[in-house]
Amino acid sequence: MIDVTAAVRLSVLVGLASTLLSLGPAVGCAWLLARGHFRGKSLVSAVIFAPLVLPPVVTGLLMLKLLGRSSWLGGWLAEQGWPLTFSLTGAVLAAVVVGFPLYVMAIRSAFEAVDPRLEEVSASLGASPWQTWWRVTLPLAAPGVAAGMVLAFARGLGEFGATAVLAGNIEGQTRTIALAVYTLLEAPDGHQALRSLLFASIFLAIAALFGFESLTRRQRGRLDLDER
Amino acid sequence: MTNDELGLDVDVRLRLGQGTRRWTLRAARGNVGIVGPSGGGKTTLLRVLAGVERRAAGHVIVNGEVWQDERRFVPAWRRRVGWVPQDSALFPHLSVRQNLCYSGSQDLDEVVAVLGVAHLLGRAPRHLSGGERQRIALGRAMLSSPQLLLLDEPFSALDKELRGRVARELVGWCRSRGVPVVLVSHDERDLMPFSASCWELGDDGLRPAGG
Repeated sequence: MIDVTAAVRLSVLVGLASTLLSLGPAVGCAWLLARGHFRGKSLVSAVIFAPLVLPPVVTGLLMLKLLGRSSWLGGWLAEQGWPLTFSLTGAVLAAVVVGFPLYVMAIRSAFEAVDPRLEEVSASLGASPWQTWWRVTLPLAAPGVAAGMVLAFARGLGEFGATAVLAGNIEGQTRTIALAVYTLLEAPDGHQALRSLLFASIFLAIAALFGFESLTRRQRGRLDLDER
Repeated sequence: MTNDELGLDVDVRLRLGQGTRRWTLRAARGNVGIVGPSGGGKTTLLRVLAGVERRAAGHVIVNGEVWQDERRFVPAWRRRVGWVPQDSALFPHLSVRQNLCYSGSQDLDEVVAVLGVAHLLGRAPRHLSGGERQRIALGRAMLSSPQLLLLDEPFSALDKELRGRVARELVGWCRSRGVPVVLVSHDERDLMPFSASCWELGDDGLRPAGG
């Protein structure tokens, strides 16, 4: 028997947790890629965006090799009572890794849209690079960062392949909407539950995209782009 | 000219497009005006002085203080220059008052009176005309307690009457505080109120005007 409410709740939890956990690293990576000039930038970029082009199942398999109980880190964490595989933590981790490229991409665009001359003027007015980041760059990019969060959340909601491999399909623990739908496809009496899950899934996806659009528009307004 | 009398000692090279530009300028303490045609590199030269154009090689020494040479580069935020870019570059997410007070509000009332912008304080930059934007950018630079003002065509969007009044007020303000001005413009008349030593910027570099 599939618990529809539990699957929706779990998906939202995984989406929220993965989005919040990766916010700092995503902002940092996006900033580096948007404004940084350093050797090896292409390599860093390739590593960050690899999960976008790899099949999610392959990403999940790689993560299983790296973080599974047979690995050094995964084994040690499991001993401490924090198993990364076949657990909620694993589902969140899978969502983090698979959603990260989209997250970085959206925030990078937000940073790139900020006119560098505003940062230069801020510096000429005596603001240190850190002060300029807090007072000019981040406030101007903020709606774009929020749009990136919405996109990452939506991606986390729908994650399937890597989650199935790394976290499994455990009722109440790792069975998110996508995994519940997959399970119900094979169940002869699951039409009602399937309909509810599809409805919830479509509703959440449209709400997230609506939020993304509205936040992106807001950033354009903040940067005065609509008036040029 | 002895080193003590030297206000601006600049010798920089910068690759621009296919060629390399070299600008050499040794001017006595006081205001400096640079005229030249549009696209001649005036804006880039001001960017070098402001410390936001880091590709330039050479030296920049202002009032005896080394801002840039082979071993040293003082970043823009430590130079204390009030840089006013040609298109103002106001912070779009801040109100006019917040823009003006970005780095200090000590003389806000005086600067607002000098520039005649009291009625604009509550507005957002997107609701300002070009001339109003220029005056706010000027005020923002004046309020940053600069040791040098860098003005890039600062009156280009002002009408003739306002241009004269703002220039006179600005000259008085700078004189009372001992703040020298480097002003670039394509219009020589902009330099007149500043009694500046005047330089021409051409394809072959900088040379004293009329020299």
